Amino acid sequence: MNRVLQKVHQSEAGMMETTYREAVRAAIDEEMQRDDRVILLGEEVAQYNGAYKVSQGLFEKYGDTRVIDTPITEEGFTGIGIGAALGGLRPVVEWMTFNFSLQALDQVYNNAAKMRYMSGGQLSVPVVLRGPNGPAEYLGSQHSQALQSIYAHCPGLKVVAPSTPADAKGLLKTAIRDDNPVVVLEAELMYAWKGDVPAGEHLVPFGKAATIRQGEGVTLVSYSKPMAVVKKAVEALLAEGIDAEVIDLRSIRPLDRETLFTSVKKNQSLRSGG
Amino acid sequence: MNMDKTDYDITSIRKDTATSLLRKMLLIRRFEERSAQMYGLRKIGGFCHLYIGQEASGVGATTALNLAADYVYTAYRDHGIALACGMEPDRLMAELYGKREGCSKGKGGSMHFFDVSRHFMGGNGIVGAHIPLAAGHALALRNRGEDGIVACFFGDGAIHQGSFHESLNMAAIWHLPVLYMCENNQYGMGTDFRRVSAVDDFSVMGTSYGIKGRQVDGMDVLAVYTAVSAEVNRIRKEGSPGFMEIKTYRYKGHSMSDPARYRTKEEVEAYRRQDPILLLKVQMIQNGMLDDAAYEKMDTEVKNICRAAVEYAESGTEPEPQELYQDVYA
Repeated sequence: MNRVLQKVHQSEAGMMETTYREAVRAAIDEEMQRDDRVILLGEEVAQYNGAYKVSQGLFEKYGDTRVIDTPITEEGFTGIGIGAALGGLRPVVEWMTFNFSLQALDQVYNNAAKMRYMSGGQLSVPVVLRGPNGPAEYLGSQHSQALQSIYAHCPGLKVVAPSTPADAKGLLKTAIRDDNPVVVLEAELMYAWKGDVPAGEHLVPFGKAATIRQGEGVTLVSYSKPMAVVKKAVEALLAEGIDAEVIDLRSIRPLDRETLFTSVKKNQSLRSGG
Repeated sequence: MNMDKTDYDITSIRKDTATSLLRKMLLIRRFEERSAQMYGLRKIGGFCHLYIGQEASGVGATTALNLAADYVYTAYRDHGIALACGMEPDRLMAELYGKREGCSKGKGGSMHFFDVSRHFMGGNGIVGAHIPLAAGHALALRNRGEDGIVACFFGDGAIHQGSFHESLNMAAIWHLPVLYMCENNQYGMGTDFRRVSAVDDFSVMGTSYGIKGRQVDGMDVLAVYTAVSAEVNRIRKEGSPGFMEIKTYRYKGHSMSDPARYRTKEEVEAYRRQDPILLLKVQMIQNGMLDDAAYEKMDTEVKNICRAAVEYAESGTEPEPQELYQDVYA
């Protein structure tokens, strides 16, 4: 095992400070170790150790039948991941960025999301589609898109957007074990963020928002990277004497309506951003 | 053209194999005639793409497979290949009717027949989009150490999609056990394939990916069966992908709403004269495997099966509206 993986595995109990990148890697690594049906495929994921180094060490550990470098063919390798799921594997497809996932959108909408329904429930498609979504820095229009609304709109998909390293690990592990296609939205600028992550088994359920701050008067709702902005807003509001309640959706589809409705009923005002 | 009608020796074909091929083709023909009739009576809605004329392609190719281990993917003109894979005519007709007893609970319709127990993976409606699925499924079989191969049919309209080229490349670099078969019925909807292709011989389309293509006469079921059997055996042995062009012809329009005015009556008549059912019937009679009485008996049997399928579909139940919300998630 190489050094990068060891670092994540050092502490088996309790919390450890981990970057978002390491948390995503740990989730994939642990699930690959737990279930040999889990594979990882995408551009540069194997020998190059990932365009953003998320998959560092996994090729060395699991070999080329489970960590697979693909040609630059988003439609093709996404479809192959979906087909491999139909054939009994649990593939994790990495899109180098969500901007490129538009090339694969037909596979996601028409195959991953619909095969179960069209077959009258005979098929399941346990595939995870993940990568960095949203703008990074100085990249221009084609590399700066946040495309979650496109994915969250589609019946048959589940869509999650972790804002912390702990949720990144817990939601991704849940995604890999889910029997449905799950879109996991990460972000390039979040990969270096640090946070406490439970070592070992840590699963975060879908459809459960986190009320990360109780408050009165206004409810702030967001998810993923904009949660950092929300936290700053809370400070600014406090300085003005406003005690905001903050909800991190974590999962966009399914959406935790109960938590949202309860909070809005209490505070009578909601501001959202994402 | 690499087509060779003398690729096989009919005396090496067993009588029961030939009889089975003939019966499957006849079943498809009669089933499709019934489908057209019921569509005309507005019992069937939506799109309906008939397989009449192409029977030798799907029947010859699927008979060369071992469906206990192998898997089949096809496009939206799926009735014939579903029947060739052994799916029940009753449940297929019920699916055309949109009934709950259909093979996809009435949620698929004409273009989305599925039967996982028979390894029939659809019935896929977006041209070319199922081609990567077949490669992925083959990757799963390889990783899981299973023996089967994946057979993937698509039409001449799909061959220019990027998904075809991307999939052949990846199937080749990863040595996936998948057989791609282009059923070239010569018209992508109303467009003659020669008008939209840089090459007329599709069998060369695999060569950029190191895959040696073969072309076979898709009006001759024994030629298809023999050629596909050889290619399937090679794939099982070598574990690398294959690609074949099956030259075929559809007698009807692209779908029920297409009067097919883009081609001449003479052209259609020329193909009808080499009709796959007629051709095999004559070959079998000449070789002492069949007589007229046996053929008539077989035809009556399959007609009865198709009549019973219509009765089954008629007596089926309409799904409730709330079933729209079921089978969306596992």
